[in-house]
This record gives sequence, structure tokens and C-alpha cells, in this order.
Amino acid sequence: MTATVGVVVFPGTNCDHDTLVALERAGARAEPLWHGTPSVGHVDAVLLPGGFAHGDYLRPGAIARFSPVMAAVADFAAAGGPVVGICNGFQVLTEAGLLPGALQKNRSLRFVCQPADVRVASDRSVLTAGVEVGRVLRIPVAHFVGNYICDERTLAELHAEGRVVLRYAENPNGSIDDIAGICNAAGNVVGLMPHPERASDPLLGSTDGLVLLRALVDAVGGAAGVPSGPFDVVNDRARTA
Amino acid sequence: MPDVGRYEVLVEVRLRPGIADPQGATVERALPALGFDAVHRVRVGKAIRFEVDAADERAARSVTADLAGRLLSNPVIEDTEVLVCRPVDGATVASGAVAGAHDVHTEAGSGGRP
Repeated sequence: MTATVGVVVFPGTNCDHDTLVALERAGARAEPLWHGTPSVGHVDAVLLPGGFAHGDYLRPGAIARFSPVMAAVADFAAAGGPVVGICNGFQVLTEAGLLPGALQKNRSLRFVCQPADVRVASDRSVLTAGVEVGRVLRIPVAHFVGNYICDERTLAELHAEGRVVLRYAENPNGSIDDIAGICNAAGNVVGLMPHPERASDPLLGSTDGLVLLRALVDAVGGAAGVPSGPFDVVNDRARTA
Repeated sequence: MPDVGRYEVLVEVRLRPGIADPQGATVERALPALGFDAVHRVRVGKAIRFEVDAADERAARSVTADLAGRLLSNPVIEDTEVLVCRPVDGATVASGAVAGAHDVHTEAGSGGRP
């Protein structure tokens, strides 16, 4: 059974194609989900990719959370379906209340775009299940609003329940406790600022992002036996790389 | 058919106390060089202006509070304050999409984030 992952496309999303390719490489079938359609269809997992949904107007994610697809995403998450938000997708998940806390402007007030070493801090999430805790992955960050913040009680809960999923080796944005990614109590909703899809090919300098995407694919049904969809050529290149 | 009016609204969205504000800090650091030695505690927020059709000012404020909590601010890090809510001079509108009559827009918090 090949896992099918839906990648939500908002107006202003710009990492959707990269993410579709990376997911196919990780063994999934991947398909876009238009934000204006109030359904997630038949997918096994939902991924909210990076970009600038609705122009990031007002606040990143503030308007995207009211897109018709988001009610379906919330229902899907409540039923235990895996939902992963990358960068802008993480911002959308916090705005939607599917993850606690908020993302603020970077402490430096600069856009950071650089490789980041992140340490797997928990294997309790669908994105890190089966990945060794303590493993360091090199995955790029690219954001202006990635400085995670939450109140002290939430922070204590996140730590106590193993819900801090990824932590920066060197904090690029001022995020509290070097947090790069968190999950909900059940572990099926995950948000992270680093971009795994940008670390999915040797040409990109790292394939560490595939470690996370494969964990997601494995968690929801396993990898494809044969390449499928429009990204076969890319998949084949990845396999021989 | 009740008379309805149009209300001019101005909402301030600001970071909650204790939330770091690097923009405010940066502005404040620049002030002494400009000679503004007496200015302190700079915080940068947003001001959002709009108009609401409502039965009365109370209804207009109710809609505004709902909108401010659910969309204009993120309550995890921001507070809001309604700075202005007053009738637009001479404006009246037909009934229809008017707030207040049935309180349909005033379920503040029920549909918002947890």
C-alpha cells in the first residue's frame, strides 16, 4: 500500500512543487490539494508546505487558517491523520490552533536563509518515528518569522511529553529553547521551520530531509514499490544518485 | 425595519507585555542619534481601520471584538484595543448585511483558536 500525501497549495505557497518531488522521492504518492476545496480527499497524510500563503498579510498564517481546506485539515488531524507543516505551514498550524504557541519575527529582524543543523529531540512524532533521538540532520532554514514562542506552562508540557521534536544546534532566530519543531500531544500533527524538501538531493548539499519525509511515509503506509506520477524521472535519478 | 448606521472603527494590535519586540527596540536605539533622548519604551504594533454596518455602537463594538480576537490578532502574543468606534457622519445603509440584529457575528471566542 503506497502512502498518498496531499500537499496544500494556498495562493502564495511557493514550496509545493519541491515538496511534491521530495515526497515522491521519499516513496510516497504526492498530490496537490487546492486550499479552496473544503476536503482533503482520500490522502493518508497532509503536508502544509512553505511559502507566503495569502501574502502573509496581517500575520503569516492568519488568513490561511480560514481557507476552506483548513476545516477539513482540522477534522483529519482530530481523527488522527498525520498533518505536517513546514515553515509557513508551521505558522498556519499555530494560527489554526492545531499546535500551541506562536511564531514571531526573528530576534535579529533579518531573514535567515542558511543550512541548519537540527537535532532530533523526540521520536514521538509522525515525522521522526523510527529516527534515532540525538541524530543531527542538516536541513536549510529560510524564514523571517521563525522565532517560536509559547508560555512557560506550554513549554514545560512540550518537554515533559516529548513534544519538542527538533532543536537547533545553533539557534538562528531566537526561538525559545532552540526549538525548531514541535508536535501535538498525539504526535500526529507536527510543525517545523526547517525545509526537509530542500535537503532531498545530493545536489542540494544534503539528503537529510529525506530521513524525516521517509519516516512520515513509513508511518502512514509505506513507500511505493514502483515510481508513480509525473516525477518518475526525478525519482529514478534519486535512486541512482 | 430598524435604522442602522455605519461605524468607523480603529483597532490597535500590539504585542502583549513581556513579549520581546525587536522592532520597538531597534527604533528606540535609533532615537538618541536623532536627539530624542526623552523617548522610552517604544513598542511597534499595527493600527487597522475599517467600517461596520450595525444597529448601534454596541453591536459594532461586538463585531469588532470578535474580528479582533479571531483574525486581526493572535491572542497568544498580541492584545487588541478598540481606539475608535463612532458613527460615520451622515451614513445610513439599507438593512441586510447588518450586524447586531441577531447577534450572528458576536459569538466571540467560540469559533476562534483554543
